[in-house]
Amino acid sequence: MLSELPLLSLVIWFPILGGIAVLFVGDENPVRVKALALTVAILSFLISIPLFSHFDATTAAMQFQEFVPWIPAFNVNYHLGVDGFSMPLILLTAFMTVLVVIAGWEVIQYRIAQYMAAFLIMEGLMIGVFAALDAILFYVFFEAMLIPMFLIIGIWGGPRRVYATIKFFLYTFLGSVFMLIALIYMYNQASSFEILDFHKLPLNITEQVLIFFAFLLGFAVKVPMWPVHTWLPDAHVEAPTGGSVILAAITLKIGGYGFLRFALPITPDASAMLDWLIITMSLVAVVYIGLVALIQQDMKKLIAYSSIAHMGFVTLGFFIVFGIERSTGSLSGAAMGIEGGMVQMVSHGFISGALFLCVGVLYDRVHSRQIKDYGGVANTMPIFAAFMVLFGMANSGLPGTSGFVGEFMVILSSFKASFWIAFLASATLILGAAYTLWLVKRVIFGEIGNQHVAELEDVNTREIIMLSLLAAAVLLLGVWPDPLTSVMHASVDNLVQHVVASKLL
Amino acid sequence: MNFVAPDFMPVLPEIFVLTLTCLILVIDVFLEQRQRHITYGLAQITLLGAALLTLLTYSQAPVTTMFGHYIKDAMGDLLKLFIYLASAAVFLYSRDYLRQRNLFKGEYYVLGLFGVLGMMIMVSAHSLLSVYLGLELLSLSLYALVATDRDSPVASEAAMKYFVLGSLASGMLLYGISMIYGATGSVDLQVVADAVGQQSANNLVLVFGLVFLVVGLAFKLGAVPFHMWLPDVYQGAPTSVTLYIGSAPKLAAFALVMRILVDGLGTLQGDWQQMLIILAVLSIALGNLVAIAQTNIKRMLAYSTISHVGFLLLGILSGTPEGYAASMFYTIVYVLMAVGAFGVIIVLSRSGFEAENIDDFKGLNDRSPWLAFLMMMIMMSMAGVPFLVGFYAKWVVLQAVVDIGLVWLAIVGVVFSVIGAFYYLRVVKCIYFEKPEQSEVIELSRDTEIMISANGLLLVVLGLYPTALMTWCAAALLN
Repeated sequence: MLSELPLLSLVIWFPILGGIAVLFVGDENPVRVKALALTVAILSFLISIPLFSHFDATTAAMQFQEFVPWIPAFNVNYHLGVDGFSMPLILLTAFMTVLVVIAGWEVIQYRIAQYMAAFLIMEGLMIGVFAALDAILFYVFFEAMLIPMFLIIGIWGGPRRVYATIKFFLYTFLGSVFMLIALIYMYNQASSFEILDFHKLPLNITEQVLIFFAFLLGFAVKVPMWPVHTWLPDAHVEAPTGGSVILAAITLKIGGYGFLRFALPITPDASAMLDWLIITMSLVAVVYIGLVALIQQDMKKLIAYSSIAHMGFVTLGFFIVFGIERSTGSLSGAAMGIEGGMVQMVSHGFISGALFLCVGVLYDRVHSRQIKDYGGVANTMPIFAAFMVLFGMANSGLPGTSGFVGEFMVILSSFKASFWIAFLASATLILGAAYTLWLVKRVIFGEIGNQHVAELEDVNTREIIMLSLLAAAVLLLGVWPDPLTSVMHASVDNLVQHVVASKLL
Repeated sequence: MNFVAPDFMPVLPEIFVLTLTCLILVIDVFLEQRQRHITYGLAQITLLGAALLTLLTYSQAPVTTMFGHYIKDAMGDLLKLFIYLASAAVFLYSRDYLRQRNLFKGEYYVLGLFGVLGMMIMVSAHSLLSVYLGLELLSLSLYALVATDRDSPVASEAAMKYFVLGSLASGMLLYGISMIYGATGSVDLQVVADAVGQQSANNLVLVFGLVFLVVGLAFKLGAVPFHMWLPDVYQGAPTSVTLYIGSAPKLAAFALVMRILVDGLGTLQGDWQQMLIILAVLSIALGNLVAIAQTNIKRMLAYSTISHVGFLLLGILSGTPEGYAASMFYTIVYVLMAVGAFGVIIVLSRSGFEAENIDDFKGLNDRSPWLAFLMMMIMMSMAGVPFLVGFYAKWVVLQAVVDIGLVWLAIVGVVFSVIGAFYYLRVVKCIYFEKPEQSEVIELSRDTEIMISANGLLLVVLGLYPTALMTWCAAALLN
């Protein structure tokens, strides 16, 4: 019976319609609005669980497919489906939205209905991005996401929110319009906007390189990769806590997902030719951005830079496959790189979300994000300190936490490609530990820094709930990553086989 | 020579509008100021009647009558229906605005209806003469409308400028028409097309004529470098008139280009394509760049119109039926957006206060969340952000350009539309991110509120399901 339900449509449209309902309830009764928003978020998460439990991990084919003609004139269809790459990310999206609603519970006082509605609509759109199998449908969701995020940062953000949000919007918009042209160009060759048809479309090397750069612009901005990362620290610093969580945990993943779904399979020869470029950009992100993170004075900015460095790992893992093939002549270990990148994406979703929530907890009490305004928080907030230390350890990749699994897999597979790539990538273990633990040390430990810290109250039940959910996820994924990796084996193997086969005419 | 009466059936909507407009002109003379709403009601009834007549006589196959001067086809009917719709919305939005400013006179509606008649003739013209006739009827109504607020020096200046430059453009057009006539020996578009196709015409004269025609058309459309009048007129005219100029006439202008360049001189496509590329690139670039510097929202929307005209030309210059359909879709969508945008501006104005500057939108979300939401939808649609219909309009036009291999043109288009997104975002910024400077309650009459809500929501609905309108446009241009 379950297979009859249009499950993916439900997961996309239920939160969107729920968000609209929240808008209509309005601000008059804040409790009712919040209760409704939480119900919608939890129900959406529950609806998405069958995607996991009924997922057939033995095949790389698309599952839970839905197909309705949408714009027949251009052969555009409302075509949804998930594989091992998109399904975990959909669950992550639904899960994080629940936390964001809880996180905004007492903090947001201004226009609460619009706040909750924006996040719920955002959730539906992001799930749509992961589920779309038609390129125009994908693009529509991909771009539509900008509107709620633009409003979230602009309305509920910090003092420089207008600058940050316009920069965010224009940067991402500019990145993606070239992708649209590439999609139109491929439609003229394939007479279809199906992403899976694009995968099979033969293209010569010039076309592939141009299309690859179009994708690179669109997705590199989203990830964000060095040197187009500058919007992220601004956006993160100014965004409200919930906005930062969604930005770091989900929207960055959309860039990584785009590489897997578009750039690698559609332009494999160009990817093989230009993999040095991506790997260089990734390593610069890991090393240079790691160093930049070290000197930040603002906690949110520090975590933002740490996100860029960690996402560098993801792109490194995705593009290491060609290096492995060149240096060893075989594909063993290539799958591990991509899988490691995927694990890293999910894990970073939990950890960065958790760290932003921790900063949010502190900010709500002291109204400062500067590291120097804290110190000795452990003395007044022992429970909170335990959580913060745990997430800090996870962020620096301590074994036993989810942060370790992905990084370890990527480093292992990059060793097969080249010692030096692996060496530079391993620098993250030192740098990551340095900036994260130093942050934890300065904020959590030591003498009580000032009057504000002395008056701090420890986390309440609501905050404990949201932090322990994340802590559980981080630890579970750290000691038992198999449920996550097993669902994507088939898809990863399929992708590896696909990208090493030339598409040249 | 015997006089054979032509078939009047296809011209029924035009005859109906003309008759009722003359009737309204007479009735209005006998009305007192407090009964002026009767004029308004009659004007709406005229539009409704014309719409019904157009629908009743709708047929897919083209019919020519009036000795080949008039054609009734699916493209014309579709455009006319949207002209009625846009004009009805314009009349409704401007009613309260005019009343508050003592401009609520019969002239506005009579001139407006004569303008509608002019547009109908342009849309259905099948000879260079009837094209010109329709265009002049529209233009003269517009000159007078801009000057309705006699005591306003800005409006008078705008009217004067519009009149002088508009006459110049008409002169250019007429000169081009005379050359085409000289080269082909006819003003009938079918005969012209045949003559050009057989190359029995003098090519040099023909190309000269084409240049003058394109210049004249570019003037009327407001394409760069013939756009000078547009910002001044948009800003100077009373908002009710800007609303009118910015909406339905764009549909007629699209028809004008289609009739002359495609129906008449379609075989010269290679020549006019080059000219239109230059016009399109300049319009998109200059329109989007200069709009950024504006603080007056009417002027900003004027420059935004110029950039939209550039996009509209992209579809036409592709020279394919898909391209024409894309342009038509773009034009209709643009008109829906423009009516909505100016509609919101006009309902924000009160007696003694003109909502003219972008700053007047500050904190609209606190004053009226619903209007704020609608305006945001309209702005995002103009910027071409998806789930709003403006995205599909841009997409199909770009598709047409990429189809004929002009990928660079598509890239120019998207780069400038990203630049253009900035000034639309700035309006959204004022609406949502700033505190209101005024606290007056925004009062809307019930029918205005329904209309403007329908207008804004239409952009979302068409964004979710654009197929119907796209198919309709494609079907209309099939023949």
